[in-house]
Amino acid sequence: MPLIEKGEIVADLYVRVADDEPLPEGVAVLIGIDRFLNEAEALKGRQAPVGVIWPNNRPIAEIAPHLGQLSLIALNFPSFRDGRAYSQARLLRERLGWTGPLRAIGNVLRDQFLLMERSGFDQIDAVKPADAAAFDEAVQAYTVFYQPATDARPSLLRQRLGRTLAGVRS
Amino acid sequence: MYAYDEFDRAFLAERVAEFRDQVGRRLSGALSEDEFKPLRLMNGVYLQLHAYMLRIAIPYGTLNAAQLRRMAHVARVYDRGYGHFTTRQNIQFNWIKLEELPEAMASLAEVGVHGIQTSGNCIRNVTTDQWAAATPEECDDPRIWAEILRQYSTLHPEFTYLPRKFKIAITAAGHDRAAIKVHDVGLRLHRNEAGELGFEVLVGGGLGRTPFVGKSIRPFLPARELLSYIEAIMRVYNQYGRRDNIYKARIKILVHEIGAEEFSKAVEAEWAAIRDGALHLTDEAIAEIRDRFIYPSFETLENEPAALTEALKDSRFATWHRNSVQAHKVPGYSIVTISLKPVGAPPGDATADQMEVVADLAERYGFSEIRVGHEQNLCLPHVAQKDLPALWAALEAAGLATPNVNLVNDIIACPGLDYCALANARAIPVAQEIAKRFADLDRARGVGRLHINISGCINACGHHHVGHIGILGVEKNGQEFYQITLGGRADEHAQLGTLLGPAVSYEQVPGLVEDVVDTYMELRAGPHELFIDTVARLGVEPFKERVYAAH
Repeated sequence: MPLIEKGEIVADLYVRVADDEPLPEGVAVLIGIDRFLNEAEALKGRQAPVGVIWPNNRPIAEIAPHLGQLSLIALNFPSFRDGRAYSQARLLRERLGWTGPLRAIGNVLRDQFLLMERSGFDQIDAVKPADAAAFDEAVQAYTVFYQPATDARPSLLRQRLGRTLAGVRS
Repeated sequence: MYAYDEFDRAFLAERVAEFRDQVGRRLSGALSEDEFKPLRLMNGVYLQLHAYMLRIAIPYGTLNAAQLRRMAHVARVYDRGYGHFTTRQNIQFNWIKLEELPEAMASLAEVGVHGIQTSGNCIRNVTTDQWAAATPEECDDPRIWAEILRQYSTLHPEFTYLPRKFKIAITAAGHDRAAIKVHDVGLRLHRNEAGELGFEVLVGGGLGRTPFVGKSIRPFLPARELLSYIEAIMRVYNQYGRRDNIYKARIKILVHEIGAEEFSKAVEAEWAAIRDGALHLTDEAIAEIRDRFIYPSFETLENEPAALTEALKDSRFATWHRNSVQAHKVPGYSIVTISLKPVGAPPGDATADQMEVVADLAERYGFSEIRVGHEQNLCLPHVAQKDLPALWAALEAAGLATPNVNLVNDIIACPGLDYCALANARAIPVAQEIAKRFADLDRARGVGRLHINISGCINACGHHHVGHIGILGVEKNGQEFYQITLGGRADEHAQLGTLLGPAVSYEQVPGLVEDVVDTYMELRAGPHELFIDTVARLGVEPFKERVYAAH
């Protein structure tokens, strides 16, 4: 599963650790929500980065108290047809002010890359290597965007309104 | 007409290119059918019973002559010479070959027509009053707001994979011709006491297997706040709408399960956080869209010109005029409805020849504008009254002047088992047979306004719940049966029909409908009491007694 960050295929520095496995020392880990919430206090003392997989059926606002101790947030697409994580991503970026890495995981396919980018994801864990190779093509399929979203692409509406993303976040 | 600019054209070209690439990847196997399906649906491509179907959007029901002519071309070259106008201001081509789809799409794209978001779990074609910008009843042109929503919702990154499809309808007139109360979101544009423009917002209406009339969650939303409020509704629905069961995934179920008040609270909380953000519509932004609607240069004319008064002496013309011509807001002009319900033909179908005739007539007499209404009829919204006699003669010659608009044989019907993979029963032949029973239009006129809606399955594409007489096809032991409801309506007093009694067989339906109509004729308080009002006054019981006694 190639990982794409800001358009480049990169090595994944995070190790996914199941809830019943011991946490390796000194390595960046990506863990599930249950373990994270259960061990949140203990994890604060950990030296290496911690990322969490936030499920798409849990209100994203509940992550707010934990943002300070997270180095990565991964949002899940159990199926590419399940679009809940798009809303979670936008809320993380626009409402909760998360500026760290935001990763799309699960059934992540080429024809949704652009929507993910526009919703604030900057890391994409592609299912198919061929999709990852076609990343640039996929996110550059359009030059016209009607509505403002989380990304910096100018939208027709925003052009007409003469506003910027700053308007959303303020 | 809304004039597309270079951005709209560029977007459309990019969309066609993207779909061509997706079709290529499907054919090479890079995309599985499961992965491809939502992509083709969001371009209007269905796999039906016999063939692929292409559904084309007619945004807010407005077409120009060149676009209709191109649809005629597609019908003739790629289909079997006709198209089917739907209850959501779309047109469907039922017999297009998969390998010819991209060609047909490219041909339509040349005149700015496409199938984007006519299917799939996204925000669908926004519908409105087919009399927009022509009727004296409206407070503003609702298409301005439908266009703003079209732009906002086109390839929305957050709302393209919703729990289920999402339909929005707008009316700007007191009399609702857009059926807003049976949409996921219904918007009633009006002015408040201070004279400001705003929307009453209804949510959770819809038909299908669990029908609901929409609930009002906000009496007045200032018009410039439309997009932020819609985004708040969509965001609540996208996160909390059910995804565990396709039949419970529409917003109406969410609203029903948590209650309109809870739902409204969640929307208001979300809205409070975004209402002053990037979606706030400035006067300039609204004016920019408004300026791109091109309105006819109306002449200064008098109402009831001599040419019209003279022509009205011909009783056939007078009959059509009384039935199919409505008041326009500009003196000397009229709104003309073109019935696509000639007795005995499939409701809503138009041949390529007929589409070309209508396109020609729109150019000659109607500022090149054509509208499509949810009743599956066409409309020329701006016709000078002095031209009505010549227009009528031309329509009559093309079989397009059946004076049955709003009458018992102006039937709304879904494609049913003749085309649709979901259907349990036929709908079109039932409509044809009922229409034949009332082929004597004097009799139909005597009955007056009466809407019959027929659906071939519980998904309710024929909107049977809101027919004055609703007919639902079901399957029992491999046979077609039909449930009959009375008293439904889709207008500003929208309500769901009441079941009349046990389902009847295919053969019994036309006779039963005749009995219902005969009962009404006996029971009505007078010729001015409409069928729907008699049912409201007496309930279904007297109808049930008579009808089932006879069968």
